[in-house]
Amino acid sequence: MGFAKEIKKWYFIFLAIWTLVADVPFLFMFFTSIKTQSELLEGNTWQIPKQPTVGNYSTVIHGSFFNYLKNSVIAVSISVILILIISSMAAYVFARMKFSLNNILYSLIIAGMAIPIHVTLIPIYVLTNKIKLYDTIFALIGPYVALSLPMSIFILTEFMREIPFELEEAAKIDGCSMFRLYSDILLPLSRPALITVGIYNGTYLWNEFVFALVLTSSPDKRTLPLGIWDFQARYGSDIPAIMAFLTLSLLPMLIAYILGQDKIIKGMMAGAVKG
Amino acid sequence: MQRDKASKLMQNLGILLFLAPALILIGVYIIWPIIMSFDLSMYEWDGVSPRKLYLGFKNWIDLIHDSIFWHAFGNNIKFIFLSIIIEMPIAILIAVMLDRGGKKFDAFKSLFYLPMLMSSVAIGVLFKYIYDPSFGLLAGILNFLHLDFLNQDWLGDPNVAFYSVVAVICWQYIPFYMIFFIAAISNIPHELYEAARIDGATQGQYFWKIELPLLAPSIKTACILSLIGSLKYFDLIYVMTEGGPSNATELMATYMYKNAFASFKMGYGSTIASAMFIIITTAGILAYFATKKKEA
Repeated sequence: MGFAKEIKKWYFIFLAIWTLVADVPFLFMFFTSIKTQSELLEGNTWQIPKQPTVGNYSTVIHGSFFNYLKNSVIAVSISVILILIISSMAAYVFARMKFSLNNILYSLIIAGMAIPIHVTLIPIYVLTNKIKLYDTIFALIGPYVALSLPMSIFILTEFMREIPFELEEAAKIDGCSMFRLYSDILLPLSRPALITVGIYNGTYLWNEFVFALVLTSSPDKRTLPLGIWDFQARYGSDIPAIMAFLTLSLLPMLIAYILGQDKIIKGMMAGAVKG
Repeated sequence: MQRDKASKLMQNLGILLFLAPALILIGVYIIWPIIMSFDLSMYEWDGVSPRKLYLGFKNWIDLIHDSIFWHAFGNNIKFIFLSIIIEMPIAILIAVMLDRGGKKFDAFKSLFYLPMLMSSVAIGVLFKYIYDPSFGLLAGILNFLHLDFLNQDWLGDPNVAFYSVVAVICWQYIPFYMIFFIAAISNIPHELYEAARIDGATQGQYFWKIELPLLAPSIKTACILSLIGSLKYFDLIYVMTEGGPSNATELMATYMYKNAFASFKMGYGSTIASAMFIIITTAGILAYFATKKKEA
């Protein structure tokens, strides 16, 4: 838009100041991570390190960092794959099939979007203990998948409803089975929505904290957010090492963001679209 | 006729097969837990021993007389108002400025989104050290600006801790609402701006008289998101203060967690969780109808 240059200059200054507010914590994190403990304690906190060290990173890497990372990758990828399969199957039925319970069941599932997860926390903890899944990766996958379903089914159903029926009709005349219609026609056409759902749940679950806190206890079963939590409890006074852990834990998301900025942002916002 | 019936049956079988995984998981991990939560709220139970002691509504009566719960609830309410009045104006302001700047300002966006990439736990841990009164970043900045007298125990002082934590949560969520409003502004037809300019409207007039009213539905949606989010907030507060010092930053969710998983009062924890369910569902329904009415 064509606005006066003078005003634009003030906008620029304000936005530059906001850049500091938004990003200086990250610089602090990174610069502290390449300081030694003694340099941190002696010098000015905000100063750039004089003699950068990678020692803190080797402390972190030789700890359990990769184990936490591996657990996160496993838990999140299995969950996201299951979410995509299960929610797209349900969405296919809700969007394309006529049967008497359709609306009631769909509304019921959609209402699940509003459920505060904390209500389910204690019973899920009890259940997980009972079925002997406590402190395993699989303890997380059940709730992760189930609690993501309402939103995912909603997004996919709304998307599938817009796909024209003609293709399906033609395939039906050719004697296509319900499963083939789903896998060969609806799924490929729903690709954009599937990607959005995948990213939305992937980013959300990647950072999930409370279920991982409650359903796991041993370090070799915990995910990355819990790794940060555990590491901080153990190395509380070694601030540069903690900052190195934080920096490393940010990297996967940062790389994903750099690779697919627009898609990631769109995926993250998917949860808000429902309004 | 016979064949019709058979194919109808096949179709219903197919529907059942396709829905089964979703329905079973939702039943086991959402619907059953909600019922279970209300049921557990009637017991005294440590979560481990096989025996549960039935109390009837005693936990609920205790909850009504529990000043810490109401204090936590009050904090949730304070948190709702603070986050809305801090996050929304800043997010709208930044979104408007980015829009005015056009393509030239695009580089800012990526820089602004960065906090969204970090998990709440990581943000919590990071800001614990930023707030450290002796070697934290904030102390360093205040020292640099010769404002040392402002420095204090940001998370340790019960009078300050709540606001320190809310500031971090606003920092975390402003980028989210900013993107939200950037999307909303981009939906406003460009012609409106052109027309306003031809009519001699100033930028300020355009913002107050045209842009802001057109953004009203989005602002309402954002406020509802913020309201519901604030009622169930947990992660960052738990990481930074665990609800302390002396319950200064306690929210319903942290209080529930502490009762259930630190004190092993699963029954009372379930009562708090069920109360949260009632409060949040009511708020959600009210918000839904409040926005619905306007549309009709």
